[in-house]
Amino acid sequence: MYGCGFSAFRLEARGAMKAALVSAENLQLSLQPELSQEEQALTRARRCHDHKEAQGPGNDELKEMLESNKESLKLEAMKRIIGLIAKGKNASELFPAVVKNVANKNIELKKLVYVYLVRYAEEQQDLALLSISTFQRALKDPNQLIRASALRVLSSIRVPIIVPIMMLAIKESASDMSPYVRKTSAHAIQKLYSLDPEQREHLIEVIEKLLKDKSTLVAGSVVMAFEEVCPDRIDLIHKNYRKLCNLLVDVEEWGQVVIISMLTRYARTQFTSPWQEGVSFDENNEKAFYDSDSEEKRDETETKPYMMDPDHRLLLRNTKPLLQSRNTAVVMAVAQLYWHLAPTHEVSAVTKSLVRLLRSHREVQYVVLQNIATMSIQRKGMFEPYMKSFYVRSTDPTHIKTLKLEILTNLANEANISTILREFQTYVKSQDKAFAAATIQAIGRCATNISEVTDTCLNGLVLLLSNRDETVVAESVVVIKKLLQTQPTQHSEIIKHMAKLFDKITVAMARASILWLIGEYCERVPKIAPDVLRKMAKSFTSEEDIVKLQIVNLAAKLYLTNSKQTKLLTQYILNLGKYDQNYDIRDRTRFIRQLIVPNEKSGALSKYARRILLAPKPAPLLQSAFKDRDRYQLGTLSHSLNLKASGYQELSDWPAVAPDQSVRNVEVIEPVNEWVPTVGKSKPAKSAKSEDKFYSDSEGEQVDRKGSKNSSSSSNDSSSSSSSSSSSSSSEGSGSEESDEETSDESPKSSSQSGEGSSESETDQKKEKNKKNTDSKAKSKAVNSESEENNNMVSSSSEDGSASSSSDSDSDTEQKKSSSRSKPKVHERPPKEVSLLDLDDVAPSAPTTPKASAYSPSLLSDLEGLSLSSVSSPMQVTVQPFGPVKSHELLHHMSGKGLSARYHFPRQPFLYQPSMVQLQITLTNASDQPLEGIHLGEHSPASLTLHRFSPVERLEPQASVTVSMGIDFNDSTQAANFQLCTKEAEFSVSIQPAVGELLLPASLTQADFEKEQGKLLGMNETSATITMAEGHCSSAVLNKQVRSMANLGEVITGHNNTHRFAGRTVSSGALVLVTVEKREAADATITVNTDKSVMASMLLRDLKQALASA
Amino acid sequence: MIHSLFLVNSSGDIFLEKHWKSVVSRSVCDYFFEAQERATEPENVPPVIPTPHHYLISVLRHRIYFVAVIQSEVPPLFVIEFLHRVVDTFQDYFGVCTEAAIKDNVVVVYELLEEMLDNGFPLATESNILKELIKPPTILRTMVNTITGSTNVGEQLPTGQLSVVPWRRTGVKYTNNEAYFDVVEEIDVIIDKSGSTITAEIQGVIDACVKLTGMPDLTLSFMNPRLLDDVSFHPCVRFKRWEAERILSFIPPDGNFRLLSYHVSSQNGYPVGYRSLVAIPVYVKHNITFREGSSQGRFDLTLGPKQTMGKGVEAVLVSSQLPRGVLNANLSASQGTYTFDPVTKMLTWDVGKINPQKLPSLKGSMSLQAGASKPDENPSINIQFKIQQMAISGLKVNRLDMYGEKYKPFKGIKYMTKAGKFQVRT
Repeated sequence: MYGCGFSAFRLEARGAMKAALVSAENLQLSLQPELSQEEQALTRARRCHDHKEAQGPGNDELKEMLESNKESLKLEAMKRIIGLIAKGKNASELFPAVVKNVANKNIELKKLVYVYLVRYAEEQQDLALLSISTFQRALKDPNQLIRASALRVLSSIRVPIIVPIMMLAIKESASDMSPYVRKTSAHAIQKLYSLDPEQREHLIEVIEKLLKDKSTLVAGSVVMAFEEVCPDRIDLIHKNYRKLCNLLVDVEEWGQVVIISMLTRYARTQFTSPWQEGVSFDENNEKAFYDSDSEEKRDETETKPYMMDPDHRLLLRNTKPLLQSRNTAVVMAVAQLYWHLAPTHEVSAVTKSLVRLLRSHREVQYVVLQNIATMSIQRKGMFEPYMKSFYVRSTDPTHIKTLKLEILTNLANEANISTILREFQTYVKSQDKAFAAATIQAIGRCATNISEVTDTCLNGLVLLLSNRDETVVAESVVVIKKLLQTQPTQHSEIIKHMAKLFDKITVAMARASILWLIGEYCERVPKIAPDVLRKMAKSFTSEEDIVKLQIVNLAAKLYLTNSKQTKLLTQYILNLGKYDQNYDIRDRTRFIRQLIVPNEKSGALSKYARRILLAPKPAPLLQSAFKDRDRYQLGTLSHSLNLKASGYQELSDWPAVAPDQSVRNVEVIEPVNEWVPTVGKSKPAKSAKSEDKFYSDSEGEQVDRKGSKNSSSSSNDSSSSSSSSSSSSSSEGSGSEESDEETSDESPKSSSQSGEGSSESETDQKKEKNKKNTDSKAKSKAVNSESEENNNMVSSSSEDGSASSSSDSDSDTEQKKSSSRSKPKVHERPPKEVSLLDLDDVAPSAPTTPKASAYSPSLLSDLEGLSLSSVSSPMQVTVQPFGPVKSHELLHHMSGKGLSARYHFPRQPFLYQPSMVQLQITLTNASDQPLEGIHLGEHSPASLTLHRFSPVERLEPQASVTVSMGIDFNDSTQAANFQLCTKEAEFSVSIQPAVGELLLPASLTQADFEKEQGKLLGMNETSATITMAEGHCSSAVLNKQVRSMANLGEVITGHNNTHRFAGRTVSSGALVLVTVEKREAADATITVNTDKSVMASMLLRDLKQALASA
Repeated sequence: MIHSLFLVNSSGDIFLEKHWKSVVSRSVCDYFFEAQERATEPENVPPVIPTPHHYLISVLRHRIYFVAVIQSEVPPLFVIEFLHRVVDTFQDYFGVCTEAAIKDNVVVVYELLEEMLDNGFPLATESNILKELIKPPTILRTMVNTITGSTNVGEQLPTGQLSVVPWRRTGVKYTNNEAYFDVVEEIDVIIDKSGSTITAEIQGVIDACVKLTGMPDLTLSFMNPRLLDDVSFHPCVRFKRWEAERILSFIPPDGNFRLLSYHVSSQNGYPVGYRSLVAIPVYVKHNITFREGSSQGRFDLTLGPKQTMGKGVEAVLVSSQLPRGVLNANLSASQGTYTFDPVTKMLTWDVGKINPQKLPSLKGSMSLQAGASKPDENPSINIQFKIQQMAISGLKVNRLDMYGEKYKPFKGIKYMTKAGKFQVRT
């Protein structure tokens, strides 16, 4: 198009170009900027333009253009090369010339080179390697688009040698700051997997990590990768299930399709079937109580046999709005989800949307109609109101017409059959004869399905026998044959009529059908049958094969019933058949002859010939072609084709018993990497005893969706342990009061019942639960009494059974359900819940240390928000107290003149000076005199800084006191020597900390961990392989072992064999990462990454000791 | 998911191919050509074709087949929807989506396809995002690019991609701020021989062209939102507000987009005898007969407006597929021109505007093949028309408000009714 203008401009611009040459140099190429060469290239380029299409630019010329150092020339060359690729021409020769430009600054040129590279890298593996370093560099680019596109191309280059590089790049990008890059890495996973399936395990790790990602951008892509790489690892979904459900609306439309179909599969394995008799749900009711509590368990004691899992409901509720999507694939995905997962009466919610899709493009109609056809077989009612939307227009393509016909036939019932038949009459007259024939079959099906109209249909079909069109007649014959078979008694007239028509009909199938009919019912038409056989004997040789077979059949049957008239004819026909060209016919003839003509060889069989040939035959079932399609998941390719496509995932049957529902609970709140410590936020949450902790994760997600990631809850450690019951009641919050009012007038009685411990409750079990419920609430201080009472009252009102849903208002039932739901939860998991409740009463963080120090641990943890907020390191050090803590002897009472001192590390950050390690010293007076003025004296080395504890004025005999002090060990294990003084004496003591005590746990996500680990390779990595002691193999023990050794935080990996721990040195804040990877048997590799190499080796040694076999 | 894409023109040539994974030989299209041969009409090619190792999913738009090659299970609608999105994008970029346009812009096409799919999975399909990544070609830009060496390709990740409103680009600036909404309704009707309506439905869309500076937040309310039986939205529409208040609240994409499509049906969901909501704006009187034994047939057709609320019926076009036996038609039109194609037997009558005082008619005779028997079917008549300034369902926009920006935008709303699949059986 722009060729002429282009070259004209170029001529004018040539002068300018020369001037600009210097600046246009390319660093990648050998610099040989000769003007003459440049000019040559230009003229050549022009020449190419002139007769571009005539002979096409030679590869040499393109090569020269690429090798010039004029950007526009290169670009032009690349554009032409792309043109060649698009046409499917081979341009692989140019590979070396093209690949040189991979690092070009011009972004369009670069992109085109990428396109080229991806296309030909597979063929030119060695040369492709030249480009790899460019991408590796680009992966570190500050521009996220460049990082992403580098990863895209790198992972698209299908060269097996670079698999490790790809793997590394994927892992790195999976923890990139930019969600766009992370999305790209999810795509890259699939590419790498298809290139090298052996990387599966590693890739699953990345998938697992990305599944935790909260960005809507990533969700679709990672689920896609999941489906491709490890669709069987359903366990990876559990923890992310609710998040995915909640994110779904905001995910881009293509991701929605993938997520929905994955969740369909997931739900079929995790929930019990909602398709049971007598289950009815009020959607509003359900909805309301879902809003209130997504964590509650279903009530087992209710009389209803089935109660839908809240997560099941969550899925249905969150997908429903997507029916309004403009993307037809999304609508279809939701429709199939409802079809496969929703309770029967709710499925019809999708009807309207599916019908809407019929307005879309032809191809969309085709697929949607196929699915509707399958659905309409099982549920007529769903589509019956929309019957007219399936009326056929003469302008529809044939396959659409046939599908519509199929659906109309499925929808036919006694009530609408007359309308449908009238419509069918129009179709029979259609010019599209294939369609007309299909209509006749459809009429046949209606006739067999609805007995009232059988006669009408039959008459109509007989009329069609006089139709001028052969296909119509033939089809009618075939259908009539099938119909007659169902009720042959009164239809000899029709058979006669057909026999008369026989001469006119030329379609083989129809002729064969008539012959079969006459043969089958030859006793009803005794006069005509032999006559037909006579005619057939004449024309036998010119008939088609199927007709010949039926002639033989007819002859045999007549021979058996009416051998007097037909014996000779039969003989004749059998002789003709014997020498027929078709072996089937010869076979059949031989068989029939042996069967019906008695001779000595035929044996016993011929006695039964009559029974064999004239056995009453069951009527054929006229079935929909879509009858068996429901074995495939709707909306899939396999369903469309009615054959199993490769990679099709079977939809499993509902489990009889639902698997553990608690797997989906996200209880351990993941450390959030973007945590911003805000004093104002964390404090009130603490003081309110964080009632809504259970909600914090789901709410957190909602907040995250909006982009502002702040979750105050992430800081809390054990305080997330608020009881479920308290959470439910608190979450009701505003709603409870209102419903209180509503119910109070209705059942004052029931509230009194609750006071008596629900004496009228129907089951003991229930009573127990109720009690427990109240008990637990009483324990958790924060529950407001009003809602508690309300809860109880309503739940008891539900118990006495008289509470009917009709009398209750919506919010009332909501209340009822939620409260009754909260009970089983407490009941089902008593150990956990109880312990959580107990903890609530005691200090939230519970190191088992002697109390009575100046700063009790609980106080410390309360204050931790404060103290930490002053330290603004990018990754927060979290406090995960770990006990029991070993205490060490500092001063024995023998040498201390009655004063004994023991110290331990409480493993808390030291309040006054974050760079100090806190230690607590328990001073005990073992003598019989009081000790006075216990304080710290001189210390060495002089550089050592320590924070002294406030002197203890007086220590009574046998009394003990615990004091806190801080020492800055400067991240070394050098002993700190100081003097412990009393009024009378001074004792030199020395504390040599284990290296593990010089750390504070850091909370890292797996992503951050890997990222940080990536930075600490080489010199900064120390590792060793050990054989673990037998008892240490289990995760929990290992975890405990490591953490008792060193004050590290565990990084949640979800990976069974790899345990990761992270911490920071107290003094300098250097990161210390520990990985314990379990191998075969009891072998394990311990890896320590930190830039404090001395510490690393010491830590490693300690860990080895701790874990290794004795 | 999507392995490769082949573009096939009406004469069966592959004129463009693009692979997202390993290269699939174009010989895979042979299966498609086979299916194409079997089909009598171009539309009859099945959209999903299995081959031994691949599956071919194709759409036909603008007489070009877009054939996607699939290797494993994938929802077919996913692919179909995507292919249509590709066509829409091409149309958006090049104005038309023809073979010539694609060939001329093959580089842009390639760049687009590269951005739209990564490893066969859709990456960026939102027009606003794509336009930031790859600028649509214009003559001017092409020239400028040639001289300056600048490119059509954006260097930054489009802001929309990461934001909560991925459909809108940031930093939009206009001197004239305007928002136009077209309410276009198509009426689908089947009328039987006797003139009674068998089925009638209205499919409506609201297409918008919004050119507003900044991040405007619009709300659009209707006088009679209950009319809308079933709706589907552009992703920008806040579903919750629609559910609660029946108000469309949205931050619009920049430029042209389809805000809403809806459905108004005549009978669905209403008890029998309920007055039809769908007023049929045109009536047809027809008398088409063939007599047995004679080689002549009579053709008589008159059109008239009804229930148009005084609005004129324009751009009327009548077409009918006459039976195969008809050799020629000798007709006279009171208005407009008619053509009869003796090969396809397609009769088209371009009527133009219907004048209520003088109703247009087409009368005359048809000559049939001598000796052939009377065709047993009468042709059905398809009608196209337009009515300006009226939405046949009676849907009316109440008001359009803008929040979030200070300036006063210019607002405009246009109504139009068109015939969709308007078919009269005779």
